[in-house]
Amino acid sequence: MRREGSALSGATTVMAKELADNLASVRMRMLELLIFVTGAGAVYATIGSVKDIAGLVGEDQFIFLKIFTTPRDPLPSFVAFLGFLIPIVSIALGFDSVNSEFNRRTMSRILAQPIYRDALLFGKFLSGLVTLAVVLSALWIFVVGLGILLLGLPPGGEEVKRGLAFLVTAIAYGAVWLAMAMLFSIVFRSAATAAMASLAVWLLFAFFWQMLVPLLTTLVASPDPFDLASQLKTISIGLGIARLSPNTLFGEATLAFLNPSERGQSLGPILRSQMEGAISGPLPFDQSLILVWPQLTGLVAAVIVLFTIAYIMFQRQEVRA
Amino acid sequence: MSEPIIQTEGLTKAYGGKIAVDRLDFVVEPGEVFGLLGPNGAGKTTTILMLLGLTEPTSGTARVAGFDPLRQPLEVKRRVGYMPDSVGFYDNLSGITNLRYTAKLAGLDNREADEAIARSLDRVHLSYAGKQAVGSYSRGMRQRLAIAEILMKGASIAILDEPTGGLDPQSTREFLELIRSLKKDGMTILLSSHLLELVQSVCDRVALFNNGRIGLSGRVETLLQDVLGGSHWIRVEATGNDLESAVGRVPGVTRVQRDGNALRVEATSDLRADIARAVVSAGGNLTMIAAGHSSLEDVYTRYFEGVAHAA
Repeated sequence: MRREGSALSGATTVMAKELADNLASVRMRMLELLIFVTGAGAVYATIGSVKDIAGLVGEDQFIFLKIFTTPRDPLPSFVAFLGFLIPIVSIALGFDSVNSEFNRRTMSRILAQPIYRDALLFGKFLSGLVTLAVVLSALWIFVVGLGILLLGLPPGGEEVKRGLAFLVTAIAYGAVWLAMAMLFSIVFRSAATAAMASLAVWLLFAFFWQMLVPLLTTLVASPDPFDLASQLKTISIGLGIARLSPNTLFGEATLAFLNPSERGQSLGPILRSQMEGAISGPLPFDQSLILVWPQLTGLVAAVIVLFTIAYIMFQRQEVRA
Repeated sequence: MSEPIIQTEGLTKAYGGKIAVDRLDFVVEPGEVFGLLGPNGAGKTTTILMLLGLTEPTSGTARVAGFDPLRQPLEVKRRVGYMPDSVGFYDNLSGITNLRYTAKLAGLDNREADEAIARSLDRVHLSYAGKQAVGSYSRGMRQRLAIAEILMKGASIAILDEPTGGLDPQSTREFLELIRSLKKDGMTILLSSHLLELVQSVCDRVALFNNGRIGLSGRVETLLQDVLGGSHWIRVEATGNDLESAVGRVPGVTRVQRDGNALRVEATSDLRADIARAVVSAGGNLTMIAAGHSSLEDVYTRYFEGVAHAA
C-alpha cells in the first residue's frame, strides 16, 4: 500500500534540533573533555618516543603516522584509546534518543505533525552521526596540529591521505555503535536499560571477544594437526568469528592505513609461497585501501543492518505510551 | 446537510487476539464539539490514534477532512491538531522554542511561525511565559501550550485526549472556556474523556464508549430522554419508617433509591407535592425536598449498569 508524501520531509528539522541538543548537552561536553584530554595525553606521551624512533631510524617516511599508533608505557596508543572511547561517545549519543521521546511524552505530539516516523529516526541518526563526525574531526585536527608543533615537521601528502582514511574509518566505527545504541533505545523503554544493554555489548566486544574467539572456533571446527588445509580453514573460521566484532574490523582497518608496510601478514594467514618475490617497503595508499576494503565494507554493512532493524522495530512500535 | 468532517466505518483495531476498538461507526459534523465518553481502557485513545494515522486499523476505514489517515496521513495531520493525554514538551527548551520546532515540522517558514506563535500564545494567555523553559510550567500551562500549538498550526480540527486530566477545578474551568472559544471560531473539536461533567458542559454530541464499542450516541439532551425516559429526579430528606415503599406507591414514581439519609426518587414528572404528601401521611418528618435535573452521569451509570447486567 502506498502512502502519499515524502518520508523524509521534516528530517532536516529533526536533525537540526537534535544536533543543537547534542552539541549543547552537558553529557556531550563531558565526553568531549574526556576524549580530548586522553587524546592529548596519549599523543604527548607518544611524541617523546617517536622522536627516539626518528633518531634511530633516521629517515622514516611515515614518522607522522607513528603519532597515532605508537604506545608508550603505561599509556596505550592514540588509536587504541579511540577504539575504546568512540563506542562510549556513540552510546552516549544514542542510548536515549528514541525512548526519551516516549518518556517525555513528546512522541505522539511530534508524530501528530505532518511528518512520517522515518523522518524522526533518520533525523536522529544523522544528527548523532554529524555530532560524532564533528567531534572526531576536531580531535583529528587537534592531534595533527599537536604533532606539527611538537615534532616540528608537517605531514606529507601520503600521510594526510592515510590520516583522513583513518578518520573516515573511525566515523564508520562510531556509526556502528550509534546504530546499536539507537536500536536499544527503541527496544527498551527505559533509558537506563538501553544504556546498560549497549555497554554490555561494548564490554563483550572490547574485552571478552578475543577470549571467546578461540572457544567458539573449537566449537565449530576441529583442525587435523597433520592437514595444512584443515588448519588454514580453522584459522580462517577463527578470523571470521573475530571479525564479527566491529572492534576487530576497526583495528585491522586502522592498522593498514596507519602502518604502510602492512601487507596483510597481520590480517590473516599468509603462506611463504605467497610472499615469494614480494618487495619490502611501504605500500602505496590505494593498495592499503584495497587490503582493508572488506573491513570498511563490513563496518558500513553493520551500520546498515543495525539501522534497518531499528527502523523496522520503530515502525512497528505503538505510539501510545 | 454538510459533508461530515470525521467519519468512520467499521473501524476495528485488534491487538493480538484482544479487540480494542470494535466496528466503530460515527460521524462528526464540521464545527461540532463531539465527546468520546467512556471508562479508561475503553478504546478512546486507540480510536484517536487511528484517526491520526498513527495506528493502522485492523479493518474498516476512517476519513478525516476528506482524507484517508492510512494513505494520506500527512494531509490529515496538516489539518488536525492533536493534544495527547498528559501532553509532554521538551522541558529544557522554552515554550516558544518548543512551538518553533513543531511549526517547522508543520512546514511553516520562520516568519510565519513567529507570527503564528505570538498570536496563539496570546490567545491562550501564555505570552508572559513564552520565553521560560517548559520545565517551569504548571500542568495547566502545558495544556494551554498544547492548545497554542494546535492554533499555531492553523488546524481546523482539534483532537483532545483527556484534555482536563489532572487539572485543578480553576484550570479546568479556564480550559473549558478556551474550548468554547475555539468552537466559536468554527473549529471542530473531538475530545475524549472519562469526566462526564466536562463532556456534558461543552459537547454538542457524545458517544458512550464501552469495551471498544459505541453503546449510545447522540445529543446530550436526547440521550437523557432516551435512556432515562425523560425522567425527573427528586431528592427527599426525611426520617420515618418504610418511607421507600410509601414514596414508591405514589403514581408516576419509577424508582426509589436510598442515598444515605435521603431518598433519590425518579419520576416521570415533577411530583414533589405528591411525594411530600405521601411522606407526611406515612408519618415521616420531611426536612427537605428538592428537584434535580438528570445528568449525563445518570445516563452513564444507567447505561453501563445495563451493559454489565446483559453481559
